[in-house]
Amino acid sequence: MDLHHFTIHELHLLLKEKKCSSEEITRSVFERIRKVEPKVHSYVTLTEEIALKQAKKADERIREKDFPPLLGIPIGIKDNFLTEGIPTTCASKILANYLPPYNGTAVQRLLDQGAVVVGKLNMDEFAMGSSNETSAVGTARNPWDLERIPGGSSGGSAAAVTAGECIAATGTDTGGSIRLPAALTNTVGLKPTYGRVSRYGIIAFASSLDQVGPITKDVTDCAMMLQAMAGHDPRDSTSLNLPVPDYQKTLSRDVSGWKIGIPKEYFIDGLDPEISASLNEAMKTFKKMGAECLEVSLPHTDYGVPTYYILATAEASSNLARYDGVRYGYRNQEAKDLIQLYQKSRSEGFGPEVKRRIMLGTYVLSSGYYDAYYLRGQKARTLIRQDFEKAFEKCDVLLTPVSPTAAWKVGEKLDDPLKMYLSDIFTINVNLAGLPGISLPCGFTRSGLPIGMQLIGKHFEEEKILRAAFSYEQATEWHMRRPKL
Amino acid sequence: MNYEAVMGLEVHAQLLTKSKLFCSCSTEFGKGPNQNTCPVCLGLPGTLPVLNRKAVEFAIRAGLATDCQIAAKSVFARKNYFYPDLPKGYQISQYELPICLKGRVEIEVEGIKKTIGLTRIHMEEDAGKLLHEHPESRSREASWVDLNRAGVPLIEIVSEPDIRSTQEAVAYLKKLRTTLVYLGVCDGNMEEGSLRCDANISLRPVGQAKFGTKVEIKNMNSFRHIEKALQHEMERQKEVLTEGGKILQETRLWDTEKEVTVAMRSKEEAHDYRYFPDPDLLPLLVDEPWIAKVRQELPELPNTKKERFVSQYHLSNTDAEILVSAKGIANFFEECVKQYPDAKKISNWVINEFLRMIKADETQIPKSLLTPARLAETFKLVDEGKISGSVAKTVLQKIFETGQPPEKIVEQEGLSQISDDSSLEKTIDEIIAANPKEVERYKAGNEKLIGFFVGQVMKQTGGRANPAKVNELLKRKL
Repeated sequence: MDLHHFTIHELHLLLKEKKCSSEEITRSVFERIRKVEPKVHSYVTLTEEIALKQAKKADERIREKDFPPLLGIPIGIKDNFLTEGIPTTCASKILANYLPPYNGTAVQRLLDQGAVVVGKLNMDEFAMGSSNETSAVGTARNPWDLERIPGGSSGGSAAAVTAGECIAATGTDTGGSIRLPAALTNTVGLKPTYGRVSRYGIIAFASSLDQVGPITKDVTDCAMMLQAMAGHDPRDSTSLNLPVPDYQKTLSRDVSGWKIGIPKEYFIDGLDPEISASLNEAMKTFKKMGAECLEVSLPHTDYGVPTYYILATAEASSNLARYDGVRYGYRNQEAKDLIQLYQKSRSEGFGPEVKRRIMLGTYVLSSGYYDAYYLRGQKARTLIRQDFEKAFEKCDVLLTPVSPTAAWKVGEKLDDPLKMYLSDIFTINVNLAGLPGISLPCGFTRSGLPIGMQLIGKHFEEEKILRAAFSYEQATEWHMRRPKL
Repeated sequence: MNYEAVMGLEVHAQLLTKSKLFCSCSTEFGKGPNQNTCPVCLGLPGTLPVLNRKAVEFAIRAGLATDCQIAAKSVFARKNYFYPDLPKGYQISQYELPICLKGRVEIEVEGIKKTIGLTRIHMEEDAGKLLHEHPESRSREASWVDLNRAGVPLIEIVSEPDIRSTQEAVAYLKKLRTTLVYLGVCDGNMEEGSLRCDANISLRPVGQAKFGTKVEIKNMNSFRHIEKALQHEMERQKEVLTEGGKILQETRLWDTEKEVTVAMRSKEEAHDYRYFPDPDLLPLLVDEPWIAKVRQELPELPNTKKERFVSQYHLSNTDAEILVSAKGIANFFEECVKQYPDAKKISNWVINEFLRMIKADETQIPKSLLTPARLAETFKLVDEGKISGSVAKTVLQKIFETGQPPEKIVEQEGLSQISDDSSLEKTIDEIIAANPKEVERYKAGNEKLIGFFVGQVMKQTGGRANPAKVNELLKRKL
């Protein structure tokens, strides 16, 4: 039995019926890793020894009658989640060998359920990138075509899930970092509402945009993972103190009478015709299920990318100031004085994309430029949020593309940051507005590359986009496909 | 040309909360290096700040006591700069929207009352401390970072440029310190750095409305240094201007050893702190009920206390003023009155004796072995005629040093009062015999000399003689 290809809910049943053990699942996952990891390179750190211990512990707990849905399930953790005693590097040289003394809240909640930690997943350095190519340890590859990128920044998470190197994975999404790689790898990725999942113990990139979410093989798994991680955390002042609904219970195949908004600004010339066609098919599927598709407008859509690159970099320039070589992380040993220590440690520790963003962010916050950039960026952000509020007066969820193209070749956009930044054009505004968005499989290109669609919901209405996604998933079979590796 | 000084002070006061501003670490002073730290105040990756509500309450208290407006909404901002004592690479402070605005402090210099305006009071976290010499090895090869202080809550109180002399500056700072200590929000200890002061100072020709170029002075950590530093800086600027020179806008450090101010950095070298609202914290909302509650719970402030002392204890204005000058002294006075209800007597003793014992430093009171109960016991011994008033002084000094009960000191040192006629008469006879000139002058009508004879008897008996008895016997004999 290829246990590593199963979903969480399938394995949960098998465990319940004692048809397999967590140890068997875990061993199957590591077998798979041994086979495909040299090609895919999803992981920065593997924790087989820890995982097997956790699996054995889980098997003891399974003897009890009821057990949590993630008990004994091998999960991959993106390498910007702090994990006690397990290196957490953010795929950066500046944090190479960094051993956190504590677990972040999301990780702790997974561990509390008894999840098994497979290892730490590859990503763009400090989550800054759309292709995984800014990782200091090398690019994770797209299992659907190893010449191509898996998307980013949670590229390792998406690649590992689709390749069977873990059952599900965690990701973070600041401008599309969960949804884009999910779309490019035929997986399901959810970015919850800002404030739904605690950011405590996540290495910050842009604090007002960062959000934790899952990457999974299907929508049910996605709901289960979100359930485990969501909820108020007194350690994160921006996490909202709202009750968390039972997401799995709300999953049903029922969207009849729903209004699905199609923002016209998202169906532009740059959108790959094959993706456009797939989305049109998806709309037809929704109509068949009794939903209505109607055109809506988000007039400030075009301001999203520039606004994002002002606000996100401003916050990042400040968030990354603590990596200074003084207390932990990489330190240049030849520095003769304090200024040299800072300059050399940071110049050598950070990669080019991170440095580019720190410089951008420092610039937009500088005296004399603050009003022209940061303040205007905040105003534009308000307009973008208001666009969504207006659109949601007319519809329940929005349906959009995730990426303008399917997975591109390694190196294709690396020398052109602007081109790279534009690959987030359909996901970024969701972060700026703080809304929940899910990416799910909706087709393949003729050359066999996955296509994803995005469903966007109102604040704290994850259950609605999950339900729409579940309904669509039940009506289609795209999510069942696995890459040949 | 005559110049007038224009000064404004920026005072940092460490708040007396038990835990830090954004984590639950202790704020206790004097712990081993980095003992009071956690992932949050160490600035470890992934950590987030959570605001300490008590610190907010303390800031509101300070604002209310200085007639500030309390902002319904204030915002924490990041002040970005690199320094090894700043673990996150930024300090969480308040910038555009502080918690308190537009207050005032009343001062009095040489009998003239004046109001010093407050621009704002804002909240911020303190930085850590650097040691440039290892405490044990005395090696200067590396610097050592102690982050116990990192994250301790501070308020920064910024005055308007309303101060015109060093006397006003000192009076303002003393008034502010007293107020903060009264409020229980700061211990006012300048040596330990709980209260720190920077000054902005400029000169302008008398009669000119426009301000001159200002200089910021840092590193003045006592009232004496502040007075000296400001005086020195005024003279320095006057000299430059008189010689036709220009004042450079810069930050200068007070060198406590050479007693001069030294240029630290010019305006061009000033940091660009790139302030922006901290996205990890929500705006701080303070509603009316909260303000009302804090106002209701405000402790009695010096002026009110002074008025109460005058009416309740029938003290003079001057005496009451001295007693309320520090909360600890006022409290000590009232504790003593509770145990020994002669307020006038206690007041005199506190003002004339106790302030000298504690060197007028209220922070010494908790360490004092002389408690109100001991004081009352001693005064009762005087009332019962067991010791004389002058012996009482000696006894109280001894209690201050040893904490022993007064009876025991009297017994050990043989200080009990001599009222016995025969032994007193013997001493008096000796003194009359030894001072024939004075006896003659007394008999010639200089009756004031009785004091001299009493003094001699007291001296001879080590202050133990019953003064009334001595008076009576002397008059008879002479």
